[in-house]
Amino acid sequence: MSTEAPVQPSAPGRKVNRIGLESLAYRGSKTTLCAGCGHNAITERIIDSFFDLGIDPTQVIKLSGIGCSSKAPAYFLNSAHGFNSVHGRMPSVGTGAVVANRKMIAIGISGDGDTGAIGIGQFVHLMRRNLPIVYVIEDNGCYGLTKGQFSPTADLGSTLKTGVVNDLPPIDTCALAIELGASFVARSFSGDPKQLKAILKAAISHRGTAMIDVISPCVTFNDHEGSTKSYAYVKDHDEPLSDVSFVPFFEEISVEYDAGTTKEVTLHNGSKIMLTKMTEDYQPTDKISALRLLHETMARGEYATGILYIEPDKQDFIELLGIVDEPLAGLPESKTRPGKAALDEIMESFR
Amino acid sequence: MSVTDVAVQETASQSRTERIVNDFSLQVATVNGSGSQTANLVLLRSIFQMGVPVSGKNMFPSNIAGLPTWYTIRASSKGYIGRKKEVDFLVAMNPETAREDVMTLPPGAAAVYDEPLKLKDLRTDVVFYPVPFDKLITPITHDAKLRRLVRNMIYDGVLSRLLSIDMGHMEKALRKQLGKKEKAVALNMSALKAGYDYAEANLPKLDPFVVEPMDKTKGLILIEGNAAAAIGCMMAGVTFVGWYPITPSSSLCESLIDYLKKYRKDPETGKATYAVIQAEDEIAALGMVVGAGWMGARAMTSTAGPGISLMAEFTGLGYYVEVPAVIFDVQRVGPSTGLPTRTAQQDVLATAILSHGDTKHPLLLPASVNECYTMAMEAFDLAERLQTPVFVLSDLDLGMNTWMSSTFDYPTKPLDRGKRLDAAALKRLGEFARYRDVDGDGIPYRTVPGDGMPAYFARGSGHNEKAQYSERADDYANNLDRLARKFETARTLVPKPDVTMARDTRIGLIGYGTTHWAIVESRDQLVADYGIDTSYLRLRAYPFTPEVGQFIDRCDRVYVVEQNRDAQMLSLLKMECTPEQFAKLRSVLHYVGLPIDGRSVTTELVKQEQVATT
Repeated sequence: MSTEAPVQPSAPGRKVNRIGLESLAYRGSKTTLCAGCGHNAITERIIDSFFDLGIDPTQVIKLSGIGCSSKAPAYFLNSAHGFNSVHGRMPSVGTGAVVANRKMIAIGISGDGDTGAIGIGQFVHLMRRNLPIVYVIEDNGCYGLTKGQFSPTADLGSTLKTGVVNDLPPIDTCALAIELGASFVARSFSGDPKQLKAILKAAISHRGTAMIDVISPCVTFNDHEGSTKSYAYVKDHDEPLSDVSFVPFFEEISVEYDAGTTKEVTLHNGSKIMLTKMTEDYQPTDKISALRLLHETMARGEYATGILYIEPDKQDFIELLGIVDEPLAGLPESKTRPGKAALDEIMESFR
Repeated sequence: MSVTDVAVQETASQSRTERIVNDFSLQVATVNGSGSQTANLVLLRSIFQMGVPVSGKNMFPSNIAGLPTWYTIRASSKGYIGRKKEVDFLVAMNPETAREDVMTLPPGAAAVYDEPLKLKDLRTDVVFYPVPFDKLITPITHDAKLRRLVRNMIYDGVLSRLLSIDMGHMEKALRKQLGKKEKAVALNMSALKAGYDYAEANLPKLDPFVVEPMDKTKGLILIEGNAAAAIGCMMAGVTFVGWYPITPSSSLCESLIDYLKKYRKDPETGKATYAVIQAEDEIAALGMVVGAGWMGARAMTSTAGPGISLMAEFTGLGYYVEVPAVIFDVQRVGPSTGLPTRTAQQDVLATAILSHGDTKHPLLLPASVNECYTMAMEAFDLAERLQTPVFVLSDLDLGMNTWMSSTFDYPTKPLDRGKRLDAAALKRLGEFARYRDVDGDGIPYRTVPGDGMPAYFARGSGHNEKAQYSERADDYANNLDRLARKFETARTLVPKPDVTMARDTRIGLIGYGTTHWAIVESRDQLVADYGIDTSYLRLRAYPFTPEVGQFIDRCDRVYVVEQNRDAQMLSLLKMECTPEQFAKLRSVLHYVGLPIDGRSVTTELVKQEQVATT
């Protein structure tokens, strides 16, 4: 990922980032989601994160599937190309896109139905490939766009507004992602701007699949008593795993951390995340610890939030493919059409 | 299962005392997994090397080992390389099918068989050549596994003697098949010689079939359509391949991978100038292709019927978002899983209008291995020019069987990357609107991520010409009308049909794909046996170009010959025909899983002509 755009002098009186862009340059069209929707809060954090990191929005691609969540890419980074594809299939579109142009920074926005139900197959294989992409699940436990049916992340025993009780256990997308090979897995809450922004910035700076499940209450269909993904429930049952601080590679680390309680993780581009531990023995680089934590908190009806698992040096899919450094999509004919000698040699082999 | 069930009834008993030179169909019946492919290809290649036109068709089960397989080699001095229905010369190696294989031979045929099968009392009108394969293989090697593998070379030796196939050519062909594995060559050669010597000493020639040298294969190659298509894709500059294994298309991507590995490494860095991803299913395969195509890569996938069904949704997305994609459909027999290892042309309608809503897609229709190569390149150019998914409809017969062909020409036209917005175009147009019909041909300008040009938001939902979400009636209708206009532009860009107008006839034939080879032969039969002259149009693409309507206008009756039950191409033609043209169309259909043969076309056409003219 190239975050190394030239530093621009700031225009007087206006707040600009290190490449001289105002926050406005990171905004998108006006949201059409319900007022108070958790997804809108996530959109704001995405805007903040790209702005803070000073990433050129024209070097970003935004992808999504179908659903309320999947409308979100239209609401941020207007000058980035976007692709609102088909239900549950954003991972494959993203895979083709990222492989075709390895220079672009990809962010995919999905929902709990788009990922956990119709898209679970593609989700599984995306995690497995460790494709460089930030994959955000805006998780409200229900289908908003079709008016509130349960999704596969709805908790056992939670109720619909109509009183219908969910009698199947939820899929934990974080546990799944860790198990399958994603190299950055986090969970956050749309109502926790500080943590979410720190996680998003770290995810954008990470090379490999960064999967973030963001609990994002549906104000219209799933924000009532009996729902385990309502604001009230999540606020009460959120167990922050660690206090996440993100330091981009271009900023001097000036904050002091207590060595005894802080874990520092260096990302591929030199950025650092500081995880100030709240749980004594938690190791974010250990799969077993991460999975144990998820199971234990889940059993208590709690959500562990923060960066659950990170493997900063894992080979990503692009490296694995051994492709040229320049974008495949932009290769000229001279590099993609072999000469006549090649064809002659092939023809000779069939004589 | 009988390959030749109707042959007995159709071929009149005739005495075959004369020599029949370079004109027969030879069938080897084995069990799959027994390693007969080497022996069969050596046989095919030897006849080819002697200058005699040949074709090889493998009829195999959807199974890895243990089920019956038939390999048919046709030698034809006249150059017919379609299927011949009758088997003239049988090699019966499979105990399970031997009896039926023999019973379905036409009178006057010959059969080499494994002696313990005791077949010779089954028929009096067939020449039998018993060969004790196990006895002959015993002295050649002690290794039981090797014995099984080289056992088949013995029948090559026997046939070399019986059909006068030059042993020198056999050895040359064997070396071509095995490469530099000297030990293997030596072992196979001794089996070959054992067969030859046995036949020379014990089997006096009693049948009329012989091979004599000709000069009709000079400079030609033997190749499968899937390999030819793979070469075409590489020469088309493909940069992204997403695929999922499925018979009979797998060998297309597998060949392509081999060629790409060899010829598409960056000379400076040694890194790949392409990516091939084996996806988790066909949905993801096309999803990846759509993503890569949106990015500006030359992207393709290859599949067969069940994969086409799964690709429906993404094809519709590609059509509506206007993303180039090349989809090879190596057709097999459906519906559902159907007969995965048998051939058909059953996906014509499905691909032409694949996906819900109003959609239509260009189809290219290769008939030969050469067209598999050229149309692969044309497909990429068309997909980028038209910014839409383009299908190439091959089939199992073309894709997996061995065909004779002239060598492929190096492309002379540069790649057509289509209408890309650049700084000059942007200045000229004033502003960028992704779906605005600036040139009146329905094809808008596009930008791709990372090209420095303005971005747009690609979406499968309703959109206006600026790619913004819209549910407005006029935005929707205008966009759909423009897409229809674009399809009219496609009509001017796709390959035109091959037309042969015969004088003094009002009977026409329309064919496409591998049906061509049966039609070529049938037209000769119609003249020779019935005095019926025919005009012929071979479709090479959909949408149909004006030549098709003109052809129908110049005929009284037009027989559309195809390999499916429901006359799918005829149905597509009817969608565009005038009522007068419509009334002229008739169907000749063939859908038994085996490639269509000339005699079937002739018989059916004559039958319908008799009805039409009385």
